[in-house]
Amino acid sequence: MDKVGIARGLFYYYYGDIWKFFLDYLKVPYIVSPNTNKEIMMKGIKKSNDEMCLAFKTYLGHLCYLEDKCTYFLVPRIDNYGLDNQTCTNFIAAYDIVYNLFDKKVLNYNINLNKNETLKKGLVNIGMELGKSKKECLDAYKYALNKAREKKSREITINLNKLNSTKTKILLISHPYNIYDDLIGKDIIKYLEKNDVEVIFSDKFDEKITNKLGTSLAPELYFKYSKENVGAIMYAKDKIDGVIFLSAFPCGPDSLVNELVMRKIKIPYINIVLDDTASFTGTETRLESFIDMLRRVTND
Amino acid sequence: MTKVSFPLMGDYYVPAKFLLNHILKVEVIEPPFISNKTIELGSKYSPEFVCTPFKYTLGTMIESIEKGADTLIQMGGGCRYGYYANVQKEILDNLGYDVRVINLVTKGQMDIGRIYRLLKEIDPKVSKLQTVYYSFLVIKMVKYMDLIDDYIRANIGFEINDGEFLEVRNLMLNDFAKVKNYRELRRLYKDYFWRFKKIKVRKPDNCLKIGIIGELYTIMEPFSNYFLEKELAKNHIEIKRFTTAHYLLFEKAFKIKKYIKYVKKYIKYPMGADASDNVARTKYLCEHGYDGIIHIKSSFCTPEIGAMPIISKIAGEYDVPVLFFSFDANTSETGIKTRLEAFYDMLEMRREK
Repeated sequence: MDKVGIARGLFYYYYGDIWKFFLDYLKVPYIVSPNTNKEIMMKGIKKSNDEMCLAFKTYLGHLCYLEDKCTYFLVPRIDNYGLDNQTCTNFIAAYDIVYNLFDKKVLNYNINLNKNETLKKGLVNIGMELGKSKKECLDAYKYALNKAREKKSREITINLNKLNSTKTKILLISHPYNIYDDLIGKDIIKYLEKNDVEVIFSDKFDEKITNKLGTSLAPELYFKYSKENVGAIMYAKDKIDGVIFLSAFPCGPDSLVNELVMRKIKIPYINIVLDDTASFTGTETRLESFIDMLRRVTND
Repeated sequence: MTKVSFPLMGDYYVPAKFLLNHILKVEVIEPPFISNKTIELGSKYSPEFVCTPFKYTLGTMIESIEKGADTLIQMGGGCRYGYYANVQKEILDNLGYDVRVINLVTKGQMDIGRIYRLLKEIDPKVSKLQTVYYSFLVIKMVKYMDLIDDYIRANIGFEINDGEFLEVRNLMLNDFAKVKNYRELRRLYKDYFWRFKKIKVRKPDNCLKIGIIGELYTIMEPFSNYFLEKELAKNHIEIKRFTTAHYLLFEKAFKIKKYIKYVKKYIKYPMGADASDNVARTKYLCEHGYDGIIHIKSSFCTPEIGAMPIISKIAGEYDVPVLFFSFDANTSETGIKTRLEAFYDMLEMRREK
């Protein structure tokens, strides 16, 4: 039976839920690669070009892992959600890079709201490519979208409730594929939670609100995901004690946007850049002193 | 009076200055040539892992401010280049400079109405008719410059008297800057083209041919690629380059679909900035008997990094060697020379086989 391979990286953290619900409904078997480990990371580094960003390297690693375990890769391409909401060029080029690096069939859809190419069209096309009828696919899409929305809104509520906590609150500004990756963000979250800090995630806000708020601090910004991160700072700025900027080396949009935001905000912040050779000990020391500093500010 | 300046890119400061001088009642401050000091200034105040053009342009901006400029014009591109202006404005503000930074292209879209509004902000009395007339004149000027440069690139490696081409070229740029109308420009172009053709060259039929592709700023600003083209010319190599200002501003929008169709075996979508163009050019160079390809980019240029594996794949299929250069603000010049020499020797050896 044909199996669809879903790599746990980049797009997975935005669309993973929808994909899973969609394929479940269509009864198509699929395999999701496991959490990132050292082996996957090494595979990715070998496969990729040495200047690619850490997140993309791990993404390629996940695809390497899946290579002999599935018939198709599911790799979308996200161009834009309208002119004001574009994405990083890695998202734009991902499909073509994967298509050339791997000798494998790739299921692909394109999101380009400018040219009226939507998620709905894309998923329905994929379903039909897998041999299902159009009606089935439409139903599956509706089911998946509703389920994913429910899940997301639950997560948003939990995240926003954290803003009212009495502990030291830190907003972690990063892309979800960094935050939830086992080798990139997980250690940091674990360390923070161990030290009795409430961690608020920048990707779990209502994007409709944060998208608008983002433009107030960074006008003319046209990267969708960065804009939402900036919006999250604006949304939570009165309730949090500090901000952690976490980016993968060398992230394109982050290099500019984080610099701009750091120069504008008046909240204590720390900028952590991770690459494939970074050790956690160094990061740990920096986090420790950052937390100490925040606590001293609040106690005084 | 407002004093306008703009970051430097190759010799295109001549038409840029010409245009601003004619349509706006402002003083145009010629940006200083890029030097080591520029790079030092730029790198000092830039974010750490931004791509190198940011550092170069920031450095030039600071130097032109020191020369007296109070309004800076920045172009934008399809990648993060489009957001340069905002961050640079913030950095300049933090440094205590009171300047206006104007971003002509944003969101990867060239909006004529928006550009006109921005010009109006600089000079409220800007005339529509004059702007249109001189814009067309400058478009032609850029096109002529690019055509002549194409000819020079193919022949400069074989000139008999050293430096003759560059000498005539400087005269040409001087004359272009003083042009009054379209007829004069055309006459000058024909004159000079004839003069270039008269320069004696000793060009063997089977000379080595190399195509240069890569990221736009690094290709067009000779300082940022450590005068790569000059270095190649010294070794008697014919050079082919595609990226020119005329191509980027006026041809790209029409050609990109054709390019993607040309390489549809490899890519399906535009890959951002110049990446898919370069993939298509690789195939073109391979199919048209070029001996080698040099791909240059500034470090961390994301679209080009994405294109590199595909370029290697195509070149591998056609068995054409590719040399990848990634330039940073502190790349060593000797290293580049050594690699170039080795590449050049390798090409010669392949020829002899």
